[in-house]
Order: sequence, then C-alpha cells, then structure tokens
Amino acid sequence: MGFLDTILGRTKPAQPNLDELFALPTAAITLEAGMDLKPTGIGSVCFRATEGKAFGDIEKDVRELLSMGSDTGSVEVSTDTYGYTWLTCKHAPDDFEALVTDLHAVNSSLQAGGFGPQLLCTLVTFTSDTVHRLGIVYLYKQGTFYPFAPKAGQQRDNAVELQVRGAVGADLKIEPDLSRWFAVWGAPGL
Amino acid sequence: MAKTRYAPDRGLTARMTLTMFLLGVVFVAFITVLVLILGATNRVSSGGIVFIAVIVGLALGIGSFWYSDKIALSTAGAQVVTPQDGPDAARLHGIVDRLTALANMPKPRLAIARSPMLNAFATGRNEKTSVLVVTTGLLRSDLDDRELEAVLAHELSHVAHKDVAVMTIASFIGIIAGLLVRFAFYSELFGGGGRSNNNNNNGGALPVVLIVLVVGVVTYAVSFLLIRLLSRYRELAADRAGALLTGQPSALASALQKVSGSMNAIPTKDLRAAEPLNAFYFIPAFKKSEKGGFSLNNLFSTHPSLERRLQQLSEISEQLSK
Repeated sequence: MGFLDTILGRTKPAQPNLDELFALPTAAITLEAGMDLKPTGIGSVCFRATEGKAFGDIEKDVRELLSMGSDTGSVEVSTDTYGYTWLTCKHAPDDFEALVTDLHAVNSSLQAGGFGPQLLCTLVTFTSDTVHRLGIVYLYKQGTFYPFAPKAGQQRDNAVELQVRGAVGADLKIEPDLSRWFAVWGAPGL
Repeated sequence: MAKTRYAPDRGLTARMTLTMFLLGVVFVAFITVLVLILGATNRVSSGGIVFIAVIVGLALGIGSFWYSDKIALSTAGAQVVTPQDGPDAARLHGIVDRLTALANMPKPRLAIARSPMLNAFATGRNEKTSVLVVTTGLLRSDLDDRELEAVLAHELSHVAHKDVAVMTIASFIGIIAGLLVRFAFYSELFGGGGRSNNNNNNGGALPVVLIVLVVGVVTYAVSFLLIRLLSRYRELAADRAGALLTGQPSALASALQKVSGSMNAIPTKDLRAAEPLNAFYFIPAFKKSEKGGFSLNNLFSTHPSLERRLQQLSEISEQLSK
C-alpha cells in the first residue's frame, strides 16, 4: 500500500503470481528422491467465488475446459465450511506435469476473467509410507509455497513440514514468514 | 494485464480528499490566526497557553496512537486468543487466515471481548501491532460464516487503510483546539491578576485570552464536523474494500442490517463503558438517526447511515455481476 492509497483509503486488490507454479514438478522429483514422498495425483485450486452471474459463468467454463481437455484426469467441485470453492483435479500419480498444467489452466481462466484477486491457494498432495499426507500449498498473492502435514485431531506435524522446507528449499520459493503457513484442514486430497 | 473488476470509487476518493484538504485549511487558518493575535499583542502569557496546549495535545495524540491497541484491549476487556483457545477462537483464526492470504497482508492479532453487544473493531498503530477485536455476542449471534467473514473483511480493511493513524492525525487539530479552549478558560478564571499588569501595553483591546478562546471554539467545532465526515467516508471505503475482498457484498449488507437491528435493542453494557471505542466500532453503539434525510444526527455520527452503506454495497454487487 502506497502513501496515497493510505490517505485515500483505497485497497488495490492483490493480484496473483502464477509463474511459480511450474516449479512444482522439479520439487516433486526432489521430494521423491529425498524423502520418498510421491505425488498422489490429486491437486486443487481454492478460490473465493464472488456473487453474481459473471463468476458462475467463468467457473462453468473452467470445469468444461478441464473435463474436456484431459482424457485421464477428472475434475470435481466442492465448497468448504469457510465458503471457499475447491476445484479438484485428479490425474494418474505419475503424470504430475499434467496435473500442474490443469491447475494452471484454472488460474489463467480466472485471471483472464478479472477474478485473479479471488484466488486463495493451490494445493498438491504427496504421500509416503511414513508420512500419511503432505500438502504443498501455493499462496498466490505471496508467490510462495509452504508445506502442510495434517495429523489426526487437527494437529500439524511440524517436524515433517520443516523437513520438507529444507528438502525443497532450493526448488521452491518457500514462504519465509511461518505465521502465513495457515492450515487447510479437510482440503480435498488430504 | 488482465482486466480488473475492482474499479475504485472516484467520487468517494474525491470527497475524502476534499474533506482532508478542508481539515488542512482549518489547521493552517487556526495557526495563522493564533500567530497573528499573539504577534500583534506581544502577550507572553497567551503564548504560554498555546505552547502548553500544543505540547499536551501532542503528548495525548501520540500516547493514544502509540498505545491504541493496549488501550482498546483493556477498555473493551478483550483477550488476545490463539487458534487453540476453543471453537470460537479457532473459527475466527480460520476465517482471518484465509482473508489475509487473499488480501496478501500480515495477519493481525485476534482478540475476543466478553460482551453481548454485536460488534467488532480493529486498532493498533501499524500492521504489526494491530489487533482485531470481536465480541462474544457477534460470534454467537445468528450471523452465519459468510456474514461474519464479511464483517472481519471490513475490519481488516481498516487495518490495511491504516485508519487509526489517519484518524489520529486528523483529530490532532481538534484536540489542540479543545485543550486551548480549556486552558484559556482556566487562565481567565485564575489569571486575572497577571492580565491587569499587562493591560497598559494594549489598552482598549479585547482580552487576548478571550479571542484565543473564541478561535479555539470555532476551530474545534469545524474540525469536529470534518473529522466525523472523514470517519464516515473511511467507513464507506472499508465497506467497499471488504466487500471486494470476499467478493460477497450482499453478505456484508446482510450482516450490517442484522447487526444494526440488534444494536438498537437495549444493551446490557453500561453506555459509559462502551463510548470511548465508538469510532472504531463496526456499527456505533448509539441509537442511530431516523431514516433518511439530512439530520443533525447524521452530521455528528462516526458511521454512515445503514441506507447509505447498503446502497453502496448493492452498487458493488451489480458491478461484480457484469
């Protein structure tokens, strides 16, 4: 926020940064090599739907685009308890790049429609024998990633999260401010 | 560059700028008149009064700004909460986590005040010390998650717009004028002896202290009205930013009319205890003016009328549907 914005009481909506997403496939390889974490093939985009017809139209277009475009993947829509919409894409676990491409398609459609500021985060999930579920969350507005490892009873496995931060730190821009690593309980695929 | 649906409200910006410009004019006029009076009369005692008023005013202004978070927390009897402090706190943190990620702003501290009133306010001198206070009444009211989220987005906009700082600076001139009136009044009462000694220097002129008093009263009155006007514009700006953040202007509209409806019900909290925080409340704790029209109540209130706020929100809703 600039000085003038403060004086005039305006907020410029934060625009998402979409480019960083394509660093994910590299990080997936690193995670598998370093921590034996494999992609589950499930990824999702979380956004805040606005009221009105315009947003609904774009959402419908995105769903059609995704279900037509890929033969192997499928797409689902769900709404969480906070009122955010999750578009979940499912692909074969070994086709991680296709998943990321699909997720990016959702982003660019929303942004092209003028709803970029509504994007909250993108989540891709990983699993291994020791770690039940790990999510890598991408924060659009910061352009950074952070790990989220839920345990039973709304607890987070901070040890695993910090270990992941160390493992993929070279591949991904990890969110340096730990207070922004907010939990996404019950997100699709976790 | 993708197109944007978030057009700023130029009318509101223009009106706000004009208000702040007028406040500046009042400030400059006030200082100029004081300097002229004191310069023309060479009165040391009056100069002293002005000096003391400015110093005390500065101290009060800076003090209340610097400790705004602590003052507000203790006045409201609010406790800062973590997500582990029960279901209410967890719900609050969950919503604010997402909103701050959406708006790309640092997360403020969250506090819960035990009060049956339905209210929320944000305070603190900067983004790091800012704290968002919500009453238990609001958390347990019949506001659903979307409406509560809209209320919190409105408060987060106050934080993002740095409204505490802006309003403190804007109020500064009023504080000084008010103090000056008080000091001039006391010196009239108790300083009679000193004045008669000096009377030879400016024979026949009105007592200088009296002129300073009048100037102070006029400045105070004008700046008071302008500050209230500015406060109402800041509320509209926060409504606007909050509604655009969640993309749900109608949820905010619905929350507003629910909250304002219950604010008119008889509160159990002592009015004297509720009054100091009024400027930062979501809806002021006092009964609002009758519907529509230009009334004195509208002129004096810190918040725009419900009708005005709902009207703006429905305009935003229309804009988002295009």
